[in-house]
Amino acid sequence: MSRAAIRADRVTKSFADGRSEVPVLASISFEVEWGTWTTILGPSGCGKTTLLRILAGLIEPDGGEVSVGGRGESPGGATAYLPQRDTLLPWRTALDNAVLASEIARRPLAEARPEAVELFERFGLSGFERAYPSQLSGGMRQRLALVRTFLARRDVLLLDEPLGALDPLTRATLQDWLLSVWAELRKTILLVTHDVEEALLLSDRVLVLTDRPAAVARDLRVDLHRPRNRASAELAETKGRLLDLLLEGR
Amino acid sequence: MKRLTDVAAPIVLLFVLLATWEGAVRLFDVPHYILPAPSRIAVAFVSHFPSLLHHASVTLAEIVLGLLLGGLGGFGLAVAVFYSLILERALFPLIIASQMIPVFAIAPLLIVWMGYGLWPKATVAALIGFFPVVVNASDGLRAPSEESVELFRSLGATRWQVFRKLRLPASLPTLFAGLKVAVTLCVVGATIGEWVGAHQGLGYLMLQSNALLRVDLVFAAILMLSVLGLLLFGGLRIIERRALYWRGAD
Repeated sequence: MSRAAIRADRVTKSFADGRSEVPVLASISFEVEWGTWTTILGPSGCGKTTLLRILAGLIEPDGGEVSVGGRGESPGGATAYLPQRDTLLPWRTALDNAVLASEIARRPLAEARPEAVELFERFGLSGFERAYPSQLSGGMRQRLALVRTFLARRDVLLLDEPLGALDPLTRATLQDWLLSVWAELRKTILLVTHDVEEALLLSDRVLVLTDRPAAVARDLRVDLHRPRNRASAELAETKGRLLDLLLEGR
Repeated sequence: MKRLTDVAAPIVLLFVLLATWEGAVRLFDVPHYILPAPSRIAVAFVSHFPSLLHHASVTLAEIVLGLLLGGLGGFGLAVAVFYSLILERALFPLIIASQMIPVFAIAPLLIVWMGYGLWPKATVAALIGFFPVVVNASDGLRAPSEESVELFRSLGATRWQVFRKLRLPASLPTLFAGLKVAVTLCVVGATIGEWVGAHQGLGYLMLQSNALLRVDLVFAAILMLSVLGLLLFGGLRIIERRALYWRGAD
């Protein structure tokens, strides 16, 4: 295993818009250490999702290099990607949705199902194994999508605003829950969000992106002690400073 | 209460219409070879029931075979057109043009080519029945969101897995919508096939009875055909509900 779980070196990307090329990523370079939680923070529409899709191996960058998992393999093989929009399959039960990755990898389901049931318990989904996604609340659907991501058995998780569409209470519960699972399983997480508080509460490090075309504007270590408290003055102060930085950058 | 009015409303309307029809025929003394009264049609229906049943079974076989051919052919075409841009360019104009050809024009040719049996009628039914299946199945195969497809790709899914586990199940709701339109067209198609050349079937019975001025029997055959159509439509809805079991979940 190499030192960095994720390495992006001068990554550029632009999309064709009619006849003109619109640059989305200017030149992005960063490294992420194994087992750490890094959050990418930036204005909406700045290219965060594009960056994540490149790291997931779904699209090729125009320039620069990307290595994920540090094994020189294609990025897709090392990552589990959670897209922003709901991607649960409505015709599958919760349990069958959760084991999708194993099914695609042709792992025996007799192995994958007990693992899923275990994670269902951790995620508070016990008893809903046979429910269909349409029978679950928004928070439960999101938890199920996260279970599916964890069960992909990849070392690097790429999460695209997984808590974006939830009410504040569900969101806070899920944040705590994600932290506890992360602390236990020690995955490398790259989270995309536009919520400053969420970034500070969860991550070891925050990468602030500029407006489009995106570049890394700030690379901040979050030194707050864990477990962190939403109500702490320290967090509020850091949040204020970070918001100032974001406003300055515009 | 709602269920009661749901059932009662069409029955009451039908009764009022039939009573008006009966009254008008008796009042104006309309000859039965121009327009028979409903009571006369009912008598013809009951007295000729064994014969009607025999002809209905022939027509039913033609419709079912036509629906199978049209359904499978239509779905196959939709898949081919979906996966190959060249086939899409080549086939779609032909598919649409095929619907501009009056089936009355080609039905006699089919009799010449295939004889008097089951096949030319099933072919006429299939030729008009496949169109709504192609159109709807094409839409269905395109139904999964870009995010869902990317999720599958990020998990390393093959093209076959994306088809089998994502596009095929996602296309079922619109496929069934197409099949339900197709079944009504197949009823018409099989009847047209019989008009052009047959020695049994409800279409043949209509034609013969008309020539003998037994208009009551024409109406009895039409009634039988409607019953057949309703039964087929109902049967298809039962299959649909089974195939889309997950829809009733919420």
